[in-house]
Amino acid sequence: MTDLPDGVDRRSFDGKQRLATRGQPVYGEPTDGEWRLWDAGRSKLGAMFETGMEIPDESVDSVLYLGAASGTTVSHVADFAGPTYAVEFAPRPVRDLIAVAEDRPNLFPLLKDARKPTTYGHIVERDIDLLVQDVATRGQARVAVDNAVFLADDGLLCLAVKARSEDVTANPEAVFEQVRSELADAYKIVDSQRLEPFHDDHLGIIARKR
Amino acid sequence: MTDDTDDAAAGWFAGLEAVDTEAASRAIREATAVEPAEWPRIAVETGFVGSEAEYYDLLHEVTIHSTRQEARAREQADDKQLLHAVRAMDDVTRTANELAERLSEWAGTLFDDAETGIKGARALAEREPSTPVEARVISLAERVDGLTAEADDLQAFIERQAPEIAPNLSEMAGAVLAARLIALAGGLEQLAKKPSGTVQVLGAEDALFAHLAGRGGSPKHGIIYTHEHVSGTRPEDRGSASRAFAGKLSIAARIDHYSGELKPEIHDELDERMSTIRARAEADSNEEPNQ
Repeated sequence: MTDLPDGVDRRSFDGKQRLATRGQPVYGEPTDGEWRLWDAGRSKLGAMFETGMEIPDESVDSVLYLGAASGTTVSHVADFAGPTYAVEFAPRPVRDLIAVAEDRPNLFPLLKDARKPTTYGHIVERDIDLLVQDVATRGQARVAVDNAVFLADDGLLCLAVKARSEDVTANPEAVFEQVRSELADAYKIVDSQRLEPFHDDHLGIIARKR
Repeated sequence: MTDDTDDAAAGWFAGLEAVDTEAASRAIREATAVEPAEWPRIAVETGFVGSEAEYYDLLHEVTIHSTRQEARAREQADDKQLLHAVRAMDDVTRTANELAERLSEWAGTLFDDAETGIKGARALAEREPSTPVEARVISLAERVDGLTAEADDLQAFIERQAPEIAPNLSEMAGAVLAARLIALAGGLEQLAKKPSGTVQVLGAEDALFAHLAGRGGSPKHGIIYTHEHVSGTRPEDRGSASRAFAGKLSIAARIDHYSGELKPEIHDELDERMSTIRARAEADSNEEPNQ
């Protein structure tokens, strides 16, 4: 079994070892005592952990999460991390995100565009330990590079790249190669893997800020 | 943005009192900073809050308040954008068709093999003009082609946006009909507040007012006629079909406006009701096989 950050564990659900964190259930997920199941099929970060990517097992304090959507994954992140800033641009899922944040004092929901970090530079603190990015927009590498300003030196990036957001017609591998090379401006890639079978045409990338 | 040192030093709490939630919410929404800083430490040092724990508590309260307000405002604005998009799509389509008619009349005098309609315009746009008049005709054809492409793009936009704004309505009616209903009602909130009898005849206002003035029967359906549930049902059952469809559509609009959650049950209920109505036609044709 690969490493997991402190506060994330593998527990037995229906006889299978699955990811879990400790916190208030939010979407009717199964629980085991105070642990609640983290479904990798609904979460790209969960899939990155589940597919055995090289996740450093250091403890994570502050997190900036870009593309929080309705808060399914970020709720698990807030379970194991400290101050967690959740950025989402679409108003509809933000409603659900707010409901998730209400039960979690360390989760701060922000209706902002991840492509414009200056619009939340006055809120999100610097020297963040972990940047998680799951935005379905063109220019995903650019977003990661522009947001590196929030990361501590040596800070960690967990990036889920959706090939179809960049170019529906292009070969996913070509898109991923392009993303890897653009990331090199600000990051050193530690590991990258496809997220199948959990998510089709997605690449998970773990990287450290240069 | 005039002074870099100011930008670097100004967090969302700059110049605020810790108790003023409204002003803080505004700063969360509107202020900017080129570079982040150690805001929790600065907030304590400048005396805004007594401790970092207190800072995070306040940040939690203020971000939730501010983000909720902004999400609500943005969502309300989004249905109006959809309304404009669907009206623009109809205008663009109508204009393209009108121009295509003018074009085929004109092109017919110049080219023996000129096709008619939008397809004809597209073919014409590919030609190379050899006279000044051909240049005008071909240029007009290019405009028609461009308008058609714009109509397609508008439709793609509506198909992307409508499920975000009205997930249940779009699931039930399809994105374009959902957008049309919102446009006819004047917004999602307005649609949610209409009785289902009104939703049933939205788009058939002329027939409805003629009926109310004593001319003609009451209309059974408005724009919802374009949906399979109504147009695919045999004429004698269309009244029931459109009543059932409109009933569920208004429930869908209410869920979309007040909760926004996709609710699979109402879609199953409608499917069940529609198959009951369809079953009548089958039962009738089994009873009277010669008719």
